[in-house]
Amino acid sequence: MMEYIPLNFPFLAAALLVGISFYILIFKRNLIKLIMGIAILASGVNLFLVALGYRAGGNAPIYTDVPEGPMVLPVPQALTLTSIVINVAVLALMLTMVILIYRHTGDIDSKKSRILKG
Amino acid sequence: MDKLLTHSPILIIAIPLLVAFLTPLIGRAGGKARNTLVIASLAFVEFLVIILARDIHLNGIHIYTLGAIAPDLALPGGAMMPIRIILEVDGMSIFMGIIWATVALAAATFSLSHMARETGQTRFYTLLLLMVAGCFGMIFTGDLFNLFVFLEIASISGAALIAFRTRFADAVEGGFKYIVISAVAGLMFLFGVGLLYAQYNSLNIGFLASVMQYSMLDKIALTLFLMSLTIKTGMVPLHMWYPDSYTVAPANVTAMLVITSHACMYAVFRICFTLYGGVLDASVVGWIIVIIGLLTMFVGVTMAVFQTDVMRFMSYHAISQMGYMWMGVGVGLAVLGNPGALAAYGRDAINGGIFHILNHAMYKPLLFMTAGALFHRTATRDLNKMGGLGHNMKFTLILYIIGALSIAGIPPLNGFASKFLIYESVYQFNPVLAVVAMLVSIITLASFTKAFQSAFTGPQLPEYKNVKEVPKPMLIGMGILAAAIIFTSIFPGLVVEHIVNPATDALINQSAYVNGIMGGTP
Repeated sequence: MMEYIPLNFPFLAAALLVGISFYILIFKRNLIKLIMGIAILASGVNLFLVALGYRAGGNAPIYTDVPEGPMVLPVPQALTLTSIVINVAVLALMLTMVILIYRHTGDIDSKKSRILKG
Repeated sequence: MDKLLTHSPILIIAIPLLVAFLTPLIGRAGGKARNTLVIASLAFVEFLVIILARDIHLNGIHIYTLGAIAPDLALPGGAMMPIRIILEVDGMSIFMGIIWATVALAAATFSLSHMARETGQTRFYTLLLLMVAGCFGMIFTGDLFNLFVFLEIASISGAALIAFRTRFADAVEGGFKYIVISAVAGLMFLFGVGLLYAQYNSLNIGFLASVMQYSMLDKIALTLFLMSLTIKTGMVPLHMWYPDSYTVAPANVTAMLVITSHACMYAVFRICFTLYGGVLDASVVGWIIVIIGLLTMFVGVTMAVFQTDVMRFMSYHAISQMGYMWMGVGVGLAVLGNPGALAAYGRDAINGGIFHILNHAMYKPLLFMTAGALFHRTATRDLNKMGGLGHNMKFTLILYIIGALSIAGIPPLNGFASKFLIYESVYQFNPVLAVVAMLVSIITLASFTKAFQSAFTGPQLPEYKNVKEVPKPMLIGMGILAAAIIFTSIFPGLVVEHIVNPATDALINQSAYVNGIMGGTP
């Protein structure tokens, strides 16, 4: 059992990050902290994807001057890059909206700045 | 012409994407040029969707492999699995495509006048076209990761459109809720995609369906997919954001958001029927979907009854109507493993659910647009402050009546046709479901009568003495949808036979989708 732990360490870290982020999303009321929670969730998922792409003993798939041996398929890395780019856009958009919410209501506590009810 | 048809799946996604970024450039030449460009490109996309639909009706599934020598070469050189991104358009995808092209065209026409008083209109059309491209991508793609990317494109542009009128505090709040929910749902979806990739080394839906084991990890992935898409669709335990976001968006955007949530619903059906089709524990998942649908239907309509905000009132009705589709298709899914029950009523239940998507996609945007027309002229969404508007806004009144009768399922209109199909087939599965569905339909009619009465009838109020009918582009936008409703009402058989039946077949017949990618090997 113990010998699997170093191999699974990235997955455990990813699960921990996802757990922390769900705690933040559910219990925190400050909108900036909420956005941080989503950023942590994104990091957790990205870490999971990158960890999937690791193969012990594999070479980076760069065709010039490649050493002997198997190459890894770079799909998970490509997915992670795409996901990072998307998350940058999402986080930037969320932050601009928080700025606007602050200007309108003077507060970023979701209990106090809330208008829509019912 | 042949070339156009071969490349139409990618053109349908690429044209809105390209025009979205051309709009700021052309916008410098003036508003007229920009509006013409937007409407012309959407009309061209509609044309492409129709020729593609005709081709799929005649020749079956249409595949487009990005970057391959020949677009239909999914497996180059005898490869075991597809490596490139593949767009796969079958009966169900093109069914959603027809709906989306029509509603996007109507909504864009509507916005020509509705948004005319806003600043930064060029950016509005850029976002609108990005959303069109994102949603088309979601419904045409045959690749799970690609689905996630397009889901995010649609979400980001949708959130920006909801919060477009930043001068209203509530609009920004609605947009923020939408983007938070979408981001969390999107990341959960990506996690599920990662789980599947870890086991099968592929992202292609057709290939994954052919090798799916339904192991523990696959079940976790299925749960993640269903949860994230249930959030995005706005089904009941997770619907809190839905009325908030839909109420504050401009009416034309709300009309498009309704279809975005249908696209997420399409993804649920695609995942349940196609991706997990052969191995799924169909009756369990089917019952889960039926129960979610039942809850959604009932809670949505009871919440709608006491709303005084006209957009919020209609948002709750939109939630309630989506329950019908989930119930119909869920019943079909629950009996998927039982050929006798499937032939007896399961197929009709799926047909009813899918037909209801079409009808809902026509009358709900129409109703949201009439609410937007009322807001356009009275600058309020509060039903208690309106009254007597039928005197001056006769066309809006007629369009509202068409939409309201259709949503309540009054016989000659299309809402009746699909609801009747659902009642009939669901009754044989479990009578309680049909009884609740009818009860919900009655409450729907009652509450729409109430809204009609408080907005349109009664004496003319002094403050709305000089209210005029809304401008022509808005009437044309609503008219497109009303014409579609009337056409479906007069020829329900024709629509079911040529549009709905192929979609149902595409869902039930999983091997056709798999063979579309994998060739002859099952």
